[in-house]
Amino acid sequence: MNVAVLVKQIPDPELLPALDPDTFRMVRGSGFVIDDADRYGVEVALSLRDASGGGEVTAVSMTPGGETGGLRAALAMGVDKALVVSDTELAGTDALSTAKVLAAALARVAPDLVIAATESTDGYTGTVPVQIAELLGWPSISYATTVACVDELVSATRQTDAGTEDVECPLPVVVSVTAGIVEPRYPSMRGIMSAKSKPIATLSVADLGIDSGAVGAIGARQAVISATVAPPRAGGVIVVDEGDAHEHIIELLAELRLI
Amino acid sequence: MANVLLSRILVLLEPSGDERIIASSSAELLSGARQFAAVVDACSWNGSALAATAGRYGARRLLSVQVAEGELPEPVAARALAAAIWADPPDAILVPHTNRGRDVAARLSVLLDSPVLTNVVGLEMSDEGPVSLHAVFGGETVVRARFTGAGPGLFLVRPKTFAAVDEEGAGKAELVNLETGDATGTDRVRVVSRHVPQADAIALDDAAVVVSGGRGLGSADNYALVEELAALLHAASGASRAIVDAGWVSYSHQVGQTGKVVKPDLYIAVGISGALQHRVGMKDSKHIVAINSDPDAPIFSIADLGIVGDATKVLPRLIAAIQSR
Ligand SMILES: Cc1cc2nc3c(=O)[nH]c(=O)nc-3n(C[C@H](O)[C@H](O)[C@H](O)COP(=O)(O)OP(=O)(O)OC[C@H]3O[C@@H](n4cnc5c(N)ncnc54)[C@H](O)[C@@H]3O)c2cc1C
Ligand SMILES: Nc1ncnc2c1ncn2[C@@H]1O[C@H](COP(=O)(O)O)[C@@H](O)[C@H]1O
Repeated sequence: MNVAVLVKQIPDPELLPALDPDTFRMVRGSGFVIDDADRYGVEVALSLRDASGGGEVTAVSMTPGGETGGLRAALAMGVDKALVVSDTELAGTDALSTAKVLAAALARVAPDLVIAATESTDGYTGTVPVQIAELLGWPSISYATTVACVDELVSATRQTDAGTEDVECPLPVVVSVTAGIVEPRYPSMRGIMSAKSKPIATLSVADLGIDSGAVGAIGARQAVISATVAPPRAGGVIVVDEGDAHEHIIELLAELRLI
Repeated sequence: MANVLLSRILVLLEPSGDERIIASSSAELLSGARQFAAVVDACSWNGSALAATAGRYGARRLLSVQVAEGELPEPVAARALAAAIWADPPDAILVPHTNRGRDVAARLSVLLDSPVLTNVVGLEMSDEGPVSLHAVFGGETVVRARFTGAGPGLFLVRPKTFAAVDEEGAGKAELVNLETGDATGTDRVRVVSRHVPQADAIALDDAAVVVSGGRGLGSADNYALVEELAALLHAASGASRAIVDAGWVSYSHQVGQTGKVVKPDLYIAVGISGALQHRVGMKDSKHIVAINSDPDAPIFSIADLGIVGDATKVLPRLIAAIQSR
C-alpha cells in the first residue's frame, strides 16, 4: 500500500518562539525539526506499509524556506521518499491555502491513504487534514488512536467529545492521528546514513498550478490586527514542603468553604 | 470599541452525550451569539430532540439535516450547512471548537472557500465586523484577528468562552429540515460502535473544583490519590495528556488544548509540569494550586499557591487532614 504522510517542519520548539511586533508573525528560530506530532503519523504510516507487505511511504511537507531537516528525520525513521513544496511566497499562508497546496501535492503522489497529525504544535488549527480530505473529495477520520488496514478497509478508533467510536472506511481516506497512539521509533544509525541518499523532490507553488496570489500573506483572508501581552496572574505563594505544606492547602480550602 | 449589532449569526449545535439536549459548549455559543446579533439561528443534525434546548438558549430557528444511524454527521452536516448559508447568508458563523465541530468547520471552509479563524477565546464587534481573540503562548499573549475575505466569517470558538444563559420561558426553536446534499463520497466512514464511558458523578466541564494529576504521580496506581481527594472535595478528576497517552486514565479526563477546557473556582494540579497545551485548558480557573517537586516547573508561574514537594507524600497527608476534620 502506498501511504503519504504529512510532515510539518517547525522551528525547534526548544528555542522559545516570539511574535514579530510589526508583522505579528512567528519569529522563526534557525534549525527546523519534524513536528513531534508528526512523528506519530510517520510511525503509523510505516507500520501500515509494512503490514500491507509492500508499497512506499512518501512524506509531504510545505514550507516557505526550502527546509528539509524535518523530512530527513522522517526519512531516517524509514520513510522511502519525500516531496517538499517550497516557495518564499508561502510565508504567512492560512490553513485553508495550506490545505490547497498540500492537496495539490498529494494529488501528484496519488497515495492510497494519507496520514496526518490531529494538530500541529505551532499552528494547532487542527483543520488542515480534514480540509485536505474535502479538497480531494475523500472521507476523513480525525482523532484516531488506533489505525489498521485489511483488504483496503481502514478501521480506526477515534476520540470524540463524549467517548470513543470505532469506525471503518474503504480506501482512500485521510486519517489524522493523535499522539500516544503508538511509540514513534528512533532512527537507527543505518537509517540516518541511508536518509542522506533518499530522494527529496521539490516543487514550487507555480509547479502545482496554484496562483501565487492565492497563498502567503497576500492570499490570506484573515488578518491579525493586534497582539497584546495578557496581564500575568498575580504572583502566588510558593511553599517548600517540609512535612506540613498541606496545611496551606487546608487553609485555602477552608477559606473557599470547600471543607 | 462600538458595539455594532449584526443582524444574524448562525451557530452550529451538537447534541450532548445523551442526544436529547444540546452540548454545554453549544449552549454557550448560542448565548454568546445573542450578545452580538439581533437574530441567532442554529444548525444541527437529527435536531427534533434539540429544538427545545436550542430555543431556551436563544435560537430562533433550528436548521437540521437527517443523519442515518452509523453515519458520521460531520461531512453531511457541512454540506447541508453550506447550502443553507448560500441560500441565506448570515453575518457570521460560529462553531464550537470540539472534535466534531472542528471537522464540520474544516469541510465547511472548503465548501464556502473561506478560511476558519480557529481557537477563538473571545469576540468583539468593530465597525468592520467581528474581531476574534486568540490566546497564544499558553495565554500569555492575546492576538486580535479579523476575517478579511468576502462573505460571512467562520469562527471556531473554544468552550467556556461565553457563559450559557438559560432564557427561561423561551419557546422551542422552529425546526427547519434541510435537504441532504450529495456528499460525493466524503461520507464513506461507517461507525461500527460507540463507547461512551459511564458519566462521572461530576462532569469535568462544569465542576466547581477540579483535581488533576500528571506524570509526576509516578504510576497509574497513584492516580487513586487524585480520585480520593476529588471525592472528598466533590470535585471532578482531570489529567494531563501525558498520563492519558500512557493509559493511566481515559481521554474524557484530559484537560488542555486537545482535551477539555475548564474554569472551576479551584484547580489543583498534582505532578503536572504546566506545558502551554495544558495551561490553555485551565489557566482561567479562579484559584490554582500546584503540587510539584520541581521548583522551576512552569505551572508555578500561574499558581496562587504552589507546594514544592513530592505529590505522593503531600496528597496522603492532605487527604488524612481533610478526613480528620
Ligand atoms: C499539539 C499538542 C497538543 C497537546 N494537548 C495537550 C492537552 O490537551 N493537555 C495536556 O495536558 N497536554 C497536552 N499536550 C502535551 C503537553 O505538551 C505536555 O507534554 C503534557 O501536558 C505533559 O504532561 P505532564 O505535566 O503530566 O508531564 P511532564 O511534563 O512530564 O511533567 C511531570 C511533572 O511532574 C513533576 N514531578 C515528578 N515527580 C514528582 C513527584 N514525586 N511529586 C510531584 N511532582 C513530581 C515534574 O517536576 C514535572 O513537572 C499537547 C502537546 C501537543 C504537541
Ligand atoms: N505546512 C505543512 N506541511 C506538512 N503538513 C502540514 C503542514 N501544515 C499542517 N500539516 C499537517 O496537518 C496537521 C494539522 O495541522 P494544523 O491544522 O496546523 O493544526 C499537522 O499536524 C500536519 O500533519
